[in-house]
This record gives sequence, C-alpha cells and structure tokens, in this order.
Amino acid sequence: MLKDLFYKRKKYATIPSEKAKKDVPEGLIIKCKECGKITFAKELQKNFYVCPHCEHHMSVSAPERIQDLLDEGKFFEYDNDLVSTDPLQFEGYLDKVEKDMEKTELNEAVVTGEGTIGGYPVVIGVMDSRFRMGSMGSVVGEKITRAIEKALVKKYPFILFSASGGARMQEGVLSLMQMAKTSAALSRLHGAGILFISVLTNPTTGGVSASFASLGDINIAEPNALIGFAGRRIIEQTIRQKLPDDFQTAEFLLKHGQLDMIVHRKDMKQTLTKLLDLHLVRRGK
Amino acid sequence: MAQELPFEKPLVELRKKIEELKRFTDEEGIDFSSEINKLEKKAATLEREIYSQLTPWQKTQLARHPQRPTTLDYIDQIFSDFIELHGDRVFGDDQAIVGGIAKLNGKPVTVIGHQKGKDTKDNILRNFGMPHPEGYRKALRLMNQAEKFNRPIILFIDTPGAYPGVAAEERGQSEAIARNLREMALLQVPVICIVTGEGGSGGALALGIGNHLFMLENAIYSVISPEGAAALLWKDASQASKAANTMKITAQDALKFDIIDGIIPEPLGGAHKDLDSQSSDMKAFIVESLKKLEPLSEKELVEQRYQKFRRIGKYTTIL
Ligand SMILES: [Zn+2]
Repeated sequence: MLKDLFYKRKKYATIPSEKAKKDVPEGLIIKCKECGKITFAKELQKNFYVCPHCEHHMSVSAPERIQDLLDEGKFFEYDNDLVSTDPLQFEGYLDKVEKDMEKTELNEAVVTGEGTIGGYPVVIGVMDSRFRMGSMGSVVGEKITRAIEKALVKKYPFILFSASGGARMQEGVLSLMQMAKTSAALSRLHGAGILFISVLTNPTTGGVSASFASLGDINIAEPNALIGFAGRRIIEQTIRQKLPDDFQTAEFLLKHGQLDMIVHRKDMKQTLTKLLDLHLVRRGK
Repeated sequence: MAQELPFEKPLVELRKKIEELKRFTDEEGIDFSSEINKLEKKAATLEREIYSQLTPWQKTQLARHPQRPTTLDYIDQIFSDFIELHGDRVFGDDQAIVGGIAKLNGKPVTVIGHQKGKDTKDNILRNFGMPHPEGYRKALRLMNQAEKFNRPIILFIDTPGAYPGVAAEERGQSEAIARNLREMALLQVPVICIVTGEGGSGGALALGIGNHLFMLENAIYSVISPEGAAALLWKDASQASKAANTMKITAQDALKFDIIDGIIPEPLGGAHKDLDSQSSDMKAFIVESLKKLEPLSEKELVEQRYQKFRRIGKYTTIL
C-alpha cells in the first residue's frame, strides 16, 4: 500500500542533501534537447542545468533547486508526510503516484519549507515536474496552502517556483478546487502586505498558471519557459491554424505584459536576494 | 417541440403513439380510451425510469441541452428591475458573461453569469459561453461595485470553459481567472454561486468562489471536459461517456466531495422542461441562502468563505 511504501522510504525523503550532487556518476553525458549537443552531467550540474552551448534551461528537481537557492543548511521542510488518496477510485492512479514517490523520493509534486536566501528568511515552495508532471491534486494544494499560512504567521516573504502541467485529472473536481484554496490563502497574504514572488519555470500551464502562479506581487519566469492557460494543441484545434513558435513562451508573456521579468537561472538567487532586500521595510510591520 | 436526446427516444416514441390514438379517437369516433390510459401509465413509468437513473454522460447531455435555460432566462424569472451593465473598462465587453443590478424580492442584488446562446447566431455572439479575460474582469468589476454598495452577489455558472484562443492568452486568461479567485475570497458581501449547466474547469471556477455553492440536479462540474479526459486517457474523444463516469462530475459527486452545499432539484426531464418551476425552486434556494448569510458580519462572511474552500481536498498523512 502507498502508506507502507512511503513509510519505508521516508528516511530518504529529507532534503536537501548532498546526496543529489554525489549521485551523478563520473563520465555521464547528457544531450541537450534544444541544440542536440552533449555535455558532461557534472558540468551541467555546476551550470545549474543550463546547456552551456545554447543556454537552454533544462528541468531541475525540487531538491536540487532548493540546494542551489537556499543558504547552506538552512532549509526546514514542511508537510512531507502528506500523501494522496484515491478519491475518484481512478484506475491505476495510486500505482503511478507510488512509482513517482519511488523515483523522486518525494511525497508529492511540491516541496515546501523555510530557509534563508541571501540571509533573508523565506517560506518557499518548489514544484517538481518529475512527479506526475507537477500536476496539482489535493496534496499539492494543501502543502502550498499550508506554506502560505506559515508565511502569514511568520510574516516571511513567500516564494513559489512553479513547474506544472496544471490540475491533476485523476483527482477530478477536487484538483480544480485546489486553485480556489491556494488563491484564497494568497488573498490573506496579500491583505497582510506580505511579499509573494512567483517564479514560473518550464512548464507552468493550466490550473497552476490560472491560480497562484499568476498572483505574484512580482512574476518572474525562466528563459523560454512554456507558460499559458490553454494547451497549444487545443488552441490550434479551436482556431484551425498553426501557432508561432514563440507562442506561450516566457518572452511572449513578457511582451504581452504578463511578467515582470525573465531571469537566467544563474542569476536567480541574486535577483531574489535583491528583491527581498527591497521589501525589507515591510517585514515585521 | 423540445429537441430529444438519444436516451429519450423510447419515451418520445411512446408519446407519439398516444397522440396518434387520441387523434384517431377524435377523427374516427372510435373509443381508444382504455388503450390510451394504459399507454399513458406506461409513459409515466418510463419517464420516471429514464430520468431517475441518468448516467453521468446523460446528465452531461442535459446540462448542455440546446434548450437549457440560460443566465438571462433565470434573471428574467427570478429578479425584477434588471439593468445590464457592460464592459471591463480596460479592453472590451465580453458577451459570454452578462451582469448587472436587479432586485430580489424588492432588494437590490448584483447578478452575474456565463451566457450561452439560444441558437447558432446567438451562440457566435456569446462565443458559446466561453469567456475571454475581459469577461472575467468585467465580472470582477461588477463584484467590487456590489461590495461598494453592499449588495449581495448571485452568480450563475454555465460554461464549457474559458476560451482557448490566441487573444485570450495574450490578454492574460490565466491572470484574469487567478485574480478572480483571489479577489472573490475577499468580498465582504454574501456571494451565492449556482452551477446551472456546465461547470467547465477554471473558466467556471472564476465565478465560483461563494459562501454557498449549489448545483442543479443535472449540472456538472469538472476539471476537464469528458471529451478532453477521454482524449488524454484513451487517445479517443469518442469515449467521452466512459470518461464522464470516471471523472465523477455530477452534482451528486460534488456533494459527496463536500464541494457544494446543496442540489437544486430539476423538473422531470431537465430544467428546460419547466422554466417557471425551475426558477421558483432556484429562487427559494437563493432566498434561503441569503437568510443564512445576511446576519453574518463582513469579517464572518470572508471567514466562512475561506473555511469553505480551505477544507476541500482528500489526503492522508503517514505519520
Ligand atoms: Zn543546448
């Protein structure tokens, strides 16, 4: 059963750890999907998983991103005990969740907790697209909501890195309602004058794009990230024509006024630190 | 004559036969009354049989019925003195969402809802009830206006979904929906939402953050359309009926998941069979709901709404 399986594996589930870095085998090479050129995995890791040839931002696991962003050893994880149930009795759903738990050593598609960035305390959530394509079901919605509520109590800025295909189909309308739940929680943060920085990474679409990910006081995206409400194929079917290549990219959104900025992954920590510093005056009010 | 759905065929056939016999009786002077009686009883039983055990897919078809009453129909029946207000003050006036001020039993309220068309031409004007960002922004403008003048807000939800198009993406469909979700959580007046037909995903939810949420008996609320789910699950949109079942999209499912506060019964055969009685039932729910919400303070209204959504979700802990 899901619970037993995860219980057995739980001892591995604490993050971040140095393990992720040590795991990369010597000599392993990775081919970039954008330019087709190959790079040593070790080098890629040092380069924040950005292709050194074409600057393509590859996907990063949540633990690795947290490790790269947060000041050394200052991450305390929340709610890694919450796991999905199967409310729709959806054939094969729990098996898939179990497999992803095993593969990622995470309990769900988002990791939440607190730590410091450039010395500034934050509550942070990072989604992991390896887990059910980062889709939002009840657990993701609950973890994000609890994280926002923590930020509200502690008066810490809240930062969320999205990477999600949208609401999780296998939990039906319960998934849809997580959009409402997380956004309602953000209304409280908003009302309390607490900073929320939303960082949209590849991909941020559907129900995640149409809820918390779009509600940052500051919306940042990584270069060339796919961001949008409706799927490209659905739009093409509806309007019966091909869409331009840059449609729904971060650059497209910036041009249309939906983003504050696009930030290269190597500059992310510095940018966040600067923004946190600029909002310092609001803290502890 | 009402348009029939496939599963209604046996009933329609039987009714035709009864009509024929009646015509025969009148024209030929032959007494068929006992046959007619028998068949009418059979028709009544068949009608109950068909409509009392509708499958999720049959309900979906009723929810999308071309003659299903629309928001403007309900506004006309339930309220008086309706004045429609237009535009989002930024880009345009989205005809897929209507809204304005009206009176409910003499008291001003703000009413807003998705608007589907009555025929092809009307549907093109209404974009089949699929809003662009300016529709959601108009709705939010009217809700903020309602709050300013302390009017309760009543929302009617009936959309296949927010429109998936180029312009909608360019103007921030995601942001428009997301903003409504956040801002509606803060409204300091009673908010009542009713899913009257199709509750299509985020496009429905963007009008759906209420203190009380009701669904009509044959309405559906889903994260993805049955056709969309079927395409993803089995690469075959024609399996929609199976997907409708799998996805648990009915009002009865939503009640079981603690998402809605009640189910508004429909006349036998669906809301379009009797708009008058459907409207008066709906009105009774709205009045009753308002009676419960009006004693609450502004703070209590916001808190009640927050807790309503805060609770939604099914998960477990391994500790
Ligand atoms: Zn490359």
